[in-house]
Amino acid sequence: MNKKQRFRVLVAKPGLDGHDRGAKVISYLLKDIGMDVIYTGLHKNIEQIVNAAIQEDVDVIGLSILTGAHIPITEKLMKQLKEAGADEIVVTVGGVIPSRDVAKLKSLGAKAVFPGGTSFEQITNFFKEELPGLRQAL
Amino acid sequence: MSGAKYIKEGEKIKEAILESGIKVKPIYTPEDVAHIDYERDIGNSGEFPYTRGIHPEMFRSRPWTTRQYSGFGSPRETNERFKYLIEHGQTGLNVAFDLPTQMGLDSDDPLAEGEVGRVGMAVDTLRDFETAFEGIKMDSIGSGLTINAVASIMLAMYQAVAEKFGYPLDRISATPQNDILKEMVGRGMWIFPVEPSIKLIGDTIEYSSKWMPRTYPVSICGYHIRESGASPVQEISYAFEIAISYIDHVLERGLDIDDFVGRLSFNLDIYGNLFEQIAKFRAARRLWAKTIKDRYGAKKPRSMQFRMLAGGGGAGLTKQQPENNIVRGAYYALISALSGTQTMALCSYDEAYTIPTPKAALISLMTSHILLEEMGLRDTVDPLGGSYYIESLTDQMEKLIIEEMHKVEEIGGMAEAVASGYVQREVARLAYQQEKSIQDGTLPKVGVNKYVVEEDEKEVELHEYDPRALDEQVKRLNEVKRTRDSKAVERTLKDLEKAAKAGDNVMPYLVEAVKAYATVGEMTSVFKDVYGEYNEPSIF
Repeated sequence: MNKKQRFRVLVAKPGLDGHDRGAKVISYLLKDIGMDVIYTGLHKNIEQIVNAAIQEDVDVIGLSILTGAHIPITEKLMKQLKEAGADEIVVTVGGVIPSRDVAKLKSLGAKAVFPGGTSFEQITNFFKEELPGLRQAL
Repeated sequence: MSGAKYIKEGEKIKEAILESGIKVKPIYTPEDVAHIDYERDIGNSGEFPYTRGIHPEMFRSRPWTTRQYSGFGSPRETNERFKYLIEHGQTGLNVAFDLPTQMGLDSDDPLAEGEVGRVGMAVDTLRDFETAFEGIKMDSIGSGLTINAVASIMLAMYQAVAEKFGYPLDRISATPQNDILKEMVGRGMWIFPVEPSIKLIGDTIEYSSKWMPRTYPVSICGYHIRESGASPVQEISYAFEIAISYIDHVLERGLDIDDFVGRLSFNLDIYGNLFEQIAKFRAARRLWAKTIKDRYGAKKPRSMQFRMLAGGGGAGLTKQQPENNIVRGAYYALISALSGTQTMALCSYDEAYTIPTPKAALISLMTSHILLEEMGLRDTVDPLGGSYYIESLTDQMEKLIIEEMHKVEEIGGMAEAVASGYVQREVARLAYQQEKSIQDGTLPKVGVNKYVVEEDEKEVELHEYDPRALDEQVKRLNEVKRTRDSKAVERTLKDLEKAAKAGDNVMPYLVEAVKAYATVGEMTSVFKDVYGEYNEPSIF
């Protein structure tokens, strides 16, 4: 069993967009499957997200992006995580993501991509596989 | 998405439960409305408590206004779109701004990167308004301005541009959204903390009641609260509590309720169960009239009349089989008309996956025209009034709205309920429950969890960002900065700062700064220095 009792996830909203219904719904889902959820709130830049992730010692960063800027944002985040020596943090990307961009996001280092319409089951399954201790905690 | 939940026994519906929790009976009879007194509780249209409509003959004397959301990229393109829509019979404009403008950032601000002109028009200075409103008859075409945190600045711009084009202030009509509390619940375009934000709204209400009497300074938006997950009951009760917090603030300034409350209007959402929505609007109209009369002692009938834009409803549309959204849009339009709306603004069928195409926007506009011209919706007032079901439901909705309002008032009112995160938590929790119900199928949604049709997955089309738009906008901004009288800018911004610090009404000072071509970013910075910035409460 993983040494950690609880996994921590930072749900993050980068950029100026203010629509966070999706981010909040996912936060409730992740809480329901036994994770500690920290939500950054709106209008965050990448530096703030990386700092919060390190400070809160999270296992996962879940980016929520609806503006179409998911590729440059993910690229920038991965780079800064690496520079901060925090690239062991699992990064997932959700939001309005055209399917043609999924492979690109994964090649940038996103472990999973959840475009709008992804079922709760798919998201839950991903986390159970990615975080083995979570499966046992359930 | 939403609608009623169903518990079935085989194919038979055993229980139909509306989003607001009301259990619908298989049949309604005179018994269900026996306690309702026509004169007291319903009344004719144009008479207190206005359940059936605020005007005696409603759409016979004046059809509803149609307004499609528009505003793209540059002020020049926006101007072209305005003229196109007016040519096709649109009678009011509805202006979209890009995110930097909504956040009070100039187009050359590093934080604006990638967003300039993307989801609406970029506005940096009065020059942009001059371009956008060129050739628009501002004395006959009213404009909705989808702007909140910096609504005071945009209202000042609207005044300045009207003056420049020679329209008298008492002839122009702007409807800035200007509802910051709902931004904190749903849409996220906030800048300043709760209290100074409400103060700025008070400034616009006070100022326009004196100088721009045809302006609707605040459009209270249950719409975005509902889109964020709230039930129809919560949509109305939170909107009313928001209105109450603005009203109470303005009354503290010594204004009379009858001087301003008739110019507050509501922007509300339509999706979900047809009857529940119609009852919601009828109940809202009645409860608003009673609240304004009984709680505030208003005397003028106009003050008690609930004015609304009812449209939408983005959350009801699906990405799957998007053409089905044309049909949904038509039903939403029907609901809006049957509810006695003043203004109708429909979503476009393609907006679940892209920024509406001109064709889709035109279909929405024509949906409203078809209803108005071909279906008999203008013939008689409130055609569903008197239905056992509708009257009984209206009554139940009103009671539930009052209960929900009490919950907020127990916390200390909407400002407190938002600052503490109570409302945000309630709404997000419901959004989660709704999503679960859709995924487990108890909340039916055609094409999503019922009658699913195998189709090539509709690819989300994102509005391609055009970096040239940024270049052009920044060029315009630099051009203005080069040619403006920088002494006048400095002086007017200083005066604005003094007024903000002293707690004076900032509107006259904003108008002066705008006329000196101060930028939106410069004026917002003054406010940030004086008022500080909002911190979101944690809700998890």
